[in-house]
Amino acid sequence: MSAPPQNPALAAAIASTTRRERTTRAALLAPALLIILTISVLPLGITLVYSFLTPGTYGGVTWEFSVNSYLQFLFDRDIFDDTLSFNPAYLSIYLRSIGLALGATLGALILGFPTAYFIATKPREQRNIWLFLVTLPFWTNLLIRTYAMLLIIRDEGIINTVLMQIGLLNAPLTILYTDTAVFIGLIYSYLPFMVLPLYASLEKLDFNLVEAGYDLYANRLRVLFHVIVPLAKPGIVAGCVLVFIPGLGAYITPELLGGGKKLMIGNMIAMQFGASRNWPFGSAAALILMTLVILVLLVYARAARRKEAVHD
Amino acid sequence: MTEGSPAPVLRAFRRRDLRAMPGFKAMAWLCIIALYMPLAVLIIFSFNDNRSVVRWTEFSLDWYAKALANDGIRNAALVSVKIALFATVISTVVATMAALATTRTRGFRGQGLVYGIINQPLMIPEIVTAIATLSLFALIKRLTGVTGVGYLMMAHAAFCIPFAYMPIRARLETMTLTMEQAAADLYATPLKAFALITLPLLGPGIVSGAMLAFVVSLDDVIITLLVAGPGETTLPIYILGAIRRGITPEINAVSTILVAVSVLLVVLLFFVQRRMQR
Amino acid sequence: MTNTHTGTVLADQGSADAHRPAAVSVQKLSKRFGAGPFAITALDAVEIDIDQNEFFTLLGPSGCGKTTLLRLIAGFELPSSGTIALQGEDITALPPHRRPVNTVFQSYALFPHMTVAENIGFGLRMLGKSKAEIGTVTERMLALVQLEALAGRRTDQLSGGQQQRVALARALAPAPRVLLLDEPLAALDLKLRKSMQLELKSLQAETGITFIFVTHDQEEALTMSDRIAVMKAGRILQVGNPRQIYDRPEHRFVADFIGDINILEATVLEARDGVATVRLKDGTKVSAGTAAGAAPTGEVAIAIRPENLRLAGEGESATITGTLENLVYFGAASNLHLRLPTGEDLVVRVPGTFAEGRYTPGASLGVSFQPELTRVLA
Repeated sequence: MSAPPQNPALAAAIASTTRRERTTRAALLAPALLIILTISVLPLGITLVYSFLTPGTYGGVTWEFSVNSYLQFLFDRDIFDDTLSFNPAYLSIYLRSIGLALGATLGALILGFPTAYFIATKPREQRNIWLFLVTLPFWTNLLIRTYAMLLIIRDEGIINTVLMQIGLLNAPLTILYTDTAVFIGLIYSYLPFMVLPLYASLEKLDFNLVEAGYDLYANRLRVLFHVIVPLAKPGIVAGCVLVFIPGLGAYITPELLGGGKKLMIGNMIAMQFGASRNWPFGSAAALILMTLVILVLLVYARAARRKEAVHD
Repeated sequence: MTEGSPAPVLRAFRRRDLRAMPGFKAMAWLCIIALYMPLAVLIIFSFNDNRSVVRWTEFSLDWYAKALANDGIRNAALVSVKIALFATVISTVVATMAALATTRTRGFRGQGLVYGIINQPLMIPEIVTAIATLSLFALIKRLTGVTGVGYLMMAHAAFCIPFAYMPIRARLETMTLTMEQAAADLYATPLKAFALITLPLLGPGIVSGAMLAFVVSLDDVIITLLVAGPGETTLPIYILGAIRRGITPEINAVSTILVAVSVLLVVLLFFVQRRMQR
Repeated sequence: MTNTHTGTVLADQGSADAHRPAAVSVQKLSKRFGAGPFAITALDAVEIDIDQNEFFTLLGPSGCGKTTLLRLIAGFELPSSGTIALQGEDITALPPHRRPVNTVFQSYALFPHMTVAENIGFGLRMLGKSKAEIGTVTERMLALVQLEALAGRRTDQLSGGQQQRVALARALAPAPRVLLLDEPLAALDLKLRKSMQLELKSLQAETGITFIFVTHDQEEALTMSDRIAVMKAGRILQVGNPRQIYDRPEHRFVADFIGDINILEATVLEARDGVATVRLKDGTKVSAGTAAGAAPTGEVAIAIRPENLRLAGEGESATITGTLENLVYFGAASNLHLRLPTGEDLVVRVPGTFAEGRYTPGASLGVSFQPELTRVLA
């Protein structure tokens, strides 16, 4: 308990300072919070409500409660006798998406780790240039980068043309509109997300430990897997989360490179708000996606917190 | 230098950097090539004097001329810039205010929640934000009957806030309160200290934030695709439609322009931040 | 330079200048950070009066509250309770921009987007002075710190020492009634620090402004100050001029913190009129001075500086006899490390080569204590 200040002017000053700080803070925060809460958070509530309604005939919703959206996710309703039969179509889209996102994460890690390590061992001036080169594509339009990838892997694309011209192929290798194309596109899109956090943790790595490893008769592979990788783990986990999450919700990549046939969750959701005109089902699908993402983030946050606790 | 070249053993030792891992350098270069090759091809064939986006014939600016003469593209570009400017101004102003509140006042209860809300647009998959925003706007439109490009502008402003907020907050965190205290010590009122000290020092952070917001707004596809009403076609949406209709070098030309604008801004940003570090 | 206030102790203050209020008067000043069970008390009911024209130093280890006290006087923080008065005027609740005191920050806090001249003129500009006046004062200040040639430079192009001078000139330009200096020399290298110490001291004499100087460097404090307040854990332990602090420490912490000192456990036998007779652990009786007005009893410690001990010559009576364990030569002086019959160690300092060849480890040496330089610690 703090004794009340005897000096009345001081008491007034303390009170008014605290009050002024509170009002200033509230006033400064209000616009940003208001915009994000109304335009980004409140709509999630509406989505939740919509997911329990009935689709309108021309899009939108009719205000009738229904859990059909969630049932539809797993079952088909027979239009004659109303019985439910298991339909794995939507579930398989989710599983495919998870598989593709995981694959892309692994691919980005295999490409990104050596890259980040290489950059971290460069002299400081060169590091900035390399980092800049890695980040720059991220700031160019994702749609355009995906389109550029499409130009390359098409049947008539540069890769097939060159390979056929030098005689390695006699018929074009079909990549576009396959899972491989989506997989390549996802890695290409999100590789910078992998390299940056990896670099951040490798840059802090004390390379004396690497030397100590060699000093204690470890060979390169052992040093890599027993010294460097464990120390870079926070970066590896962060990078994987940063690639997996946008990969799971990808829209443009499967849209262009999967040709709309190889659907991922993102396209399926968008379709419900377009041609399929089933907003409630789209809402439910979106919430399921969001739940998956939040689960990943929660696991990540817990792992990060546990790590902090160990370090304290 | 009087001594001769070092003994061969010593030279071999020097060349062998203990930190280097075999193959990592090749992998790094492979990554850079993979990241840039597609863009390079896209840009090169925008200058091709041919309908093909594969076979090179001759240098020409025809596709740029065609693209610039295309009313659809011109309108879309105008819409894009209008929305991006609006979103940039709104998001930068509110993000600056929020960054001041979270760094220039003492820690407060609910600080974590505030960070969470500000970064919320980054944590939710864009497709989810897109359909949720669409649902909200559809509801408001039905209730009020008000339509217009304002909805899309506000949607952009919202998801630009965290991007503008990050560099501004980072800048403020490197600025200790000592500068403002020194100003107050030298008889500057809080308002004067803010105008003469805080704001000028924060300048590079605000510029960075605004640039990021502009690039992010200019590049957005998913939210715009779902939320945009008729006649609110932005450049990326126009390009998406054009790709679906069929690939032409004209798309390459527009894309190259858009990439050039983003790259230019980001290169500028790189130099602003380099100056900031000094 | 002679300062009439040098040597004034807290007890007989006021007699010199009864009509003139203290430059800074701090009463019952407390500062707690945080609330409830986790609150940290940075300052605990601190009381000091700092005279006009005084070079007053707050000395103590990091975390002792010296910087907090300075920041409260500057107005960067509000105290939890107590008052701060400037020449009799209560300024406890005033915001920093309304207090006629200026600060030299440890990090200098020069405005990086302004030139040297703009930095120096900033305070006057905020006070609404005319351009002409700002110009004249700035020039005078530049001359004072010998930086005329650098007026148009940006502050990030200056060396550490130059930045330090700019910070000083900037704080002096508005002619504050009190100048607060928060470890301003800490970032400078040793040689520069030494010359800046003398410069600061003469600057203070020249300007006649009261300086309150914060440092953790005891040597710096002894060199520059008229008076020193030694602080620990949010409290002021002792206030006095450098000689008093050095020769007559009243607390074990003060004795230990400043210079080298021998501390021996003792029991008080009798104390009267500022002199106590104590018994060491081996029964030796020693006379030692006590703090004014203190009447120590029971278990205490006595302190004596190595250079205040004398080796007893042949046939002279010694206070105590010890065995020489070690002899450490370090240029201007040598330290003799003795083991006393009490089991404690005693260090005696003798001039440079005095001990050379004269004593060998294992020898028995008699040592005399001078009662006036031996102190009983609280």
